Amino acid sequence: MKSTAIPVDAAPRSKSRRLFKSIVSRYDLYLMLLLPIVWYLVFHYGPLYGLQIAFKNFSPAKGILASPWVGLEHFQRFVESYYFWRLLWNTVSINLFSLLFAFPIPILLALLINEIRSKTFSKIVQNVTYIPHFISVVVMVGMLMLFLSPRGGPVNSILQAFGAAPVRFLDSAAWFKTIFIGSNIWQNMGWQSIIYIAALSGVNPQLYEAAKMDGAGRLKRIWHVSVPGILPVIVILLILDVGHFMNVGFEKILLMQNNLNIQSSDVISTFVYTTGILKGEYSYTAAIGLFNSVINLALLVLVNRFARKKAETSLW
Amino acid sequence: MGEQTVKKRKSDEQLFDTVVNVLAVVILIVVLYPLIFIVSASFSDPALVLNGEVYLLPKHITFEAYKNVFQNEKIWNGYGNTIIYTTVGTAINVLMTTLAAYPLSRRDLPGRGVIMFFITLTMFFSGGLIPSYLLVKSLGMVNTMWALIIPGAIATYNLIVMRTYFQSSIPWEIQEAAHIDGCSNWKLLTHVILPLSKPILAVMVLFYAVGHWNSYFNALIYIRTKELYPLQLVLREVLLVSQADAVDSSVGMESKILLAESIKYVVIIISSLPVLVMYPFVQRHFVKGVMIGSLKG
Repeated sequence: MKSTAIPVDAAPRSKSRRLFKSIVSRYDLYLMLLLPIVWYLVFHYGPLYGLQIAFKNFSPAKGILASPWVGLEHFQRFVESYYFWRLLWNTVSINLFSLLFAFPIPILLALLINEIRSKTFSKIVQNVTYIPHFISVVVMVGMLMLFLSPRGGPVNSILQAFGAAPVRFLDSAAWFKTIFIGSNIWQNMGWQSIIYIAALSGVNPQLYEAAKMDGAGRLKRIWHVSVPGILPVIVILLILDVGHFMNVGFEKILLMQNNLNIQSSDVISTFVYTTGILKGEYSYTAAIGLFNSVINLALLVLVNRFARKKAETSLW
Repeated sequence: MGEQTVKKRKSDEQLFDTVVNVLAVVILIVVLYPLIFIVSASFSDPALVLNGEVYLLPKHITFEAYKNVFQNEKIWNGYGNTIIYTTVGTAINVLMTTLAAYPLSRRDLPGRGVIMFFITLTMFFSGGLIPSYLLVKSLGMVNTMWALIIPGAIATYNLIVMRTYFQSSIPWEIQEAAHIDGCSNWKLLTHVILPLSKPILAVMVLFYAVGHWNSYFNALIYIRTKELYPLQLVLREVLLVSQADAVDSSVGMESKILLAESIKYVVIIISSLPVLVMYPFVQRHFVKGVMIGSLKG
């Protein structure tokens, strides 16, 4: 839809001049953006530039540029290392189980809250369930230690009241994933349900009426009206969850980790911290971190493409 | 429809309501019980707590542990540091996020699509822990409060939330009108946009402040001096690290161990209190923030 009034050869010049003019007249907006853009370049693109040490033998004395290239040596060392399969399995399984168990619970909670008839009671349930979200990770893990303690922890007191022997939950590799995921659910289900509750409040009430007229009971109305109503939100959140599939919960895992549960608590990101920062093997662990990010990004792209095809909802 | 089926349906509905309410009560108990237990345990005789005799309400109420914590300099020092980090950090966060969000909300800004793309990209791909650590180190920020504040100056998610608010909640016509009246962009931001944006500013302050208050990991890698420890690192020592020490101690230290145990309950309470007290007043805003960020984004 080009304007026919302007001669053909003059069009590009006047267009670029107009662009130039509109940039100059808004110079102060760019001035506002200056600091944030510099910040993004330094603190987000800077580390991306620094990632090249994954392909080098970085020595702090020489700096990033002068350190010698070694190609894929660090990646190879990681893949062949004794820890590789353990780290990969723990990282993948913890996240897979989280997706399986922790992802649906906020949805169920939202559906439940939506079905509560009394407005006051539903508000109470809603407001109480998101209190735990504001507890810090350190306190959360501290609470786990106190609750699951074999000495006087309420969980073990109850077990003992039933005649069972006390269990050292936090020192056991077998219990680690259950505790980690279970406590995540306790802490975050209410908070994560907010989005679904908001989406549910946007579902057209006439749809419920119509379903009722057709003889649908409460469960059927949930399944055929509520769930489809929030499906786009579910898909988007699922994609976002997969988007950080490989790094969920790292700060908490680090605090819960000890020598007795390391068999199932050692994940890629905690390994990067302990080997990289504490032992100073920068290049090797930067390579491991990169390996992690690449898998992550690949998963995100795959799931997004799948969702766009199957559910017609996607991030981009 | 026969009378029989109407009756049956009514009782089905009632049954359903009962199930819903019972489930809701169970959830309330599961969420609240640990919180109540912590409070009760902090006031109870530590020996009874350790023997598993405290279930719900405090037994043999004592304030010994509270007295001890209030005399603990490490904790007060951590508290002070966290207050400073939270205040300064949040101020910088909100300033930087606004400076980025406002221009990017303007649909007449040439190139904003490209800039947005480069910003959004950082949400999905980053250099990772090691390069970021080396960067902060080379900037000389290790063992200063700036390491906890500057690298996290903008949370991209919050930036997008704020930009979405500017775009969808402030009528574009107001901005155009102000422009025609000869208002500069700075003036437009400070005199027109920000006064209209109090809800989103509140959300930003809350999100960022809670983030600073609760964060421990950056301090763990960047802060070496104990005088600079934020509250969460002090808590980590009291709650998690000292656990091993307490177990290793000899039997003669029994009363000391008991006290150390009940101090744990107290520090949990006093460190979470500021956020939890604030909570009833501000939870509306939190909810709003989550919804703006998710539904319209």
